[in-house]
Amino acid sequence: MSSRLRGLDAFDPDGSGEQPCETSSSLAQQALTRVYEQDQRLRKNGSRVSDQPPDLSSKGKPRLLLMGQRRSGKSSISSVVFHKLPPSETLFLESTARIQKDTMPSFMDFQVWDFPGQIDIFDNPTFDIDAMFGEIGALIWVIDAQDDYLEAVARLNVTILNLQRTYPNIKIEVFIHKVDGLSDDYKLDIQRDITIRIQDELCDHGFENAPVTFHLTSIYNHSIFEAFSKVIQKLIPRLGILEAMLTNLCRTCRFEKAYLFDVLSKIYIATDSEPADMASYEICSDYIDVIIDVTEVYGSWPRTQKYREALEGPPWNQKIEDQVASGCAESCMVLSDGNKPIILREVDKYLALVAIMKEDSYDKMPLVNMNVEVVVQGVKEFFEITKPK
Amino acid sequence: MSTDVRSELKKPKKKKVLLMGKSGSGKSSMRSIIFSNYIARDTRRLGATIDVDLSHVKFLGNLTLNLWDCGGQEAFMENYLSQQRVHVFSNVGVLIYVFDIESRDVDRDMATYVSIISALTQYSPTAKVYVLIHKMDLITPHAREAVFVDRVRLVRQKTSEFIQGAGYTGELDLIPFATSIWDQSLYKAWASIIHDLVPNLSVIESQLGSLGVLIEAEELLLFERTSFLVVSNWTSEEGQNNPTGDRQERISNILKHFKQSISRFTGTPRNAEQFTLMEHKAGSRFSMFACKFTTNTYLMVILPPGEARFNSAKLNCQIARESFKFLDGPVTPGQSYN
Repeated sequence: MSSRLRGLDAFDPDGSGEQPCETSSSLAQQALTRVYEQDQRLRKNGSRVSDQPPDLSSKGKPRLLLMGQRRSGKSSISSVVFHKLPPSETLFLESTARIQKDTMPSFMDFQVWDFPGQIDIFDNPTFDIDAMFGEIGALIWVIDAQDDYLEAVARLNVTILNLQRTYPNIKIEVFIHKVDGLSDDYKLDIQRDITIRIQDELCDHGFENAPVTFHLTSIYNHSIFEAFSKVIQKLIPRLGILEAMLTNLCRTCRFEKAYLFDVLSKIYIATDSEPADMASYEICSDYIDVIIDVTEVYGSWPRTQKYREALEGPPWNQKIEDQVASGCAESCMVLSDGNKPIILREVDKYLALVAIMKEDSYDKMPLVNMNVEVVVQGVKEFFEITKPK
Repeated sequence: MSTDVRSELKKPKKKKVLLMGKSGSGKSSMRSIIFSNYIARDTRRLGATIDVDLSHVKFLGNLTLNLWDCGGQEAFMENYLSQQRVHVFSNVGVLIYVFDIESRDVDRDMATYVSIISALTQYSPTAKVYVLIHKMDLITPHAREAVFVDRVRLVRQKTSEFIQGAGYTGELDLIPFATSIWDQSLYKAWASIIHDLVPNLSVIESQLGSLGVLIEAEELLLFERTSFLVVSNWTSEEGQNNPTGDRQERISNILKHFKQSISRFTGTPRNAEQFTLMEHKAGSRFSMFACKFTTNTYLMVILPPGEARFNSAKLNCQIARESFKFLDGPVTPGQSYN
């Protein structure tokens, strides 16, 4: 697959890779193809047993399990975050009847499993519990905050207690979901209530410090991406080193905030130690969108050989590759307000570094670029070393 | 200096742009998106327009659009056609007539349209007519083309029937567009409407062309500052091979959406200018930058890759600013820019 920030690569051996998001077609068109695909998928899998064991090829990839009551919004979450479905169209998603497994071609190839809400896996002996939770990364439990959540909390407790005995390393993330319609006070009340209920129950059974984390989420703003970012960050081994690198970069270049983004899902996998704020995350992720869109318009068609020769001829007399400073995508934007530039630098096919700089640092761009280059090399090395063998 | 500039400013006759169509067909939504930086979702909150909503839109400094957003209820329509006939239909530069593709009563729509046209030809025979077939997002994608062609044929047929029936001798060419507020088609239609109204267009185009050749660009797009409509563009021979035909509208749409994000981020009003420079170097594929050009315009330059080329192009565009100053000033006919 070609890089989305740089456009089609001339040396791409399999340029035919699928594009996960066609901005060229209109929204309605996309929705139609999606419905068609979903339909096809259902038809294809309809005959098969719903609870097949996971295929062997998926071994070794960290797994995110999305579980929760029916209608709590699990499939909506996975379509919005990983398939770029506009939130308003998730109303038309069909009820999930079997476990949907998605492999994300991403910097660390994780899988997302979307569970049907109506079945209780611990009651059902046909499920292979060990195959399911054996190599799991994180279990995401979705609770609908706009509904009565007592039953959901009770089921979550049962699940946690079951899992804690056999797989104590599973990270349990609770998404208190659909909070967009609630007032701020009420949100916090609900969060507190749910937290207390779960922790009390766990304490009663002797688990004092179970790894359970709570997030307030909604698909209508960026909070769902933020929550997923936190979850993914827990799965990265030695995240501290990445963060230290970014913090260092922020200090040397006087950046306000730096993020390391997964370009496809727009989840950030690391940020510097400054407290995160939603506004800067939003602007950075929107900026990635702009760059992807512009690249799709101008970077997706091959130039002719003759044109290339003309460009390499006088007065430059250099190969195109030597004329550019960096083979990766580099981008920068200066806002009118306070001259606060945003910079973007591609790390590899999946990752990009996006940072917000302080006032007037645009004048020092060459210096900044050099520093960024060093950090990018560091990040590449980091992933080379921590890659699972 | 100031006095003769003032007298010159008065000179360009204010063009009257009529925005008409049945009620609920989306006239005010369009206007809000293009000129007031609404996003498509926000237009749900707009109420019905009562009578005529007059607005003066400053465009490129020297062109003031006198936009008449006419309420579409039948009572209002009858009023325009009877009591206010002279008032509404005299001195019209452009009529934009909006058809709702979902409308059930097509015959009635056509009847209203024909009576509007007859009033228009009576008082402003030189006016241009744009027909927008709107809300195309409600039609399934593969049927869109056919539905649009079909509707346009009907409109043309009605228009020619009227012309023959009334014995009207003048020329009446109508320009059809399929539009929707949910994609870039809206920008295509409005860019073309505005394009015809901009004074000095040939000068802008030739100057832009020479700038493009000078800096070895692939494509130049000149945007108006607030609406981000493409005022003018120039494409090199190689750039014309770009398979994305709707790229101007798409870029308008992309940048305009990003402007909303920036305004949320910085807390500045949506109509204010949001960024001064944006650059993107996509490795050895292409590079581009968009910068503030004159007071009322942004320039976007698509370049072949190359650091030296990029930097010199940026400098050259800075220098070129001076010779594009006329974009902001009043129209001065007869003055040459070489």
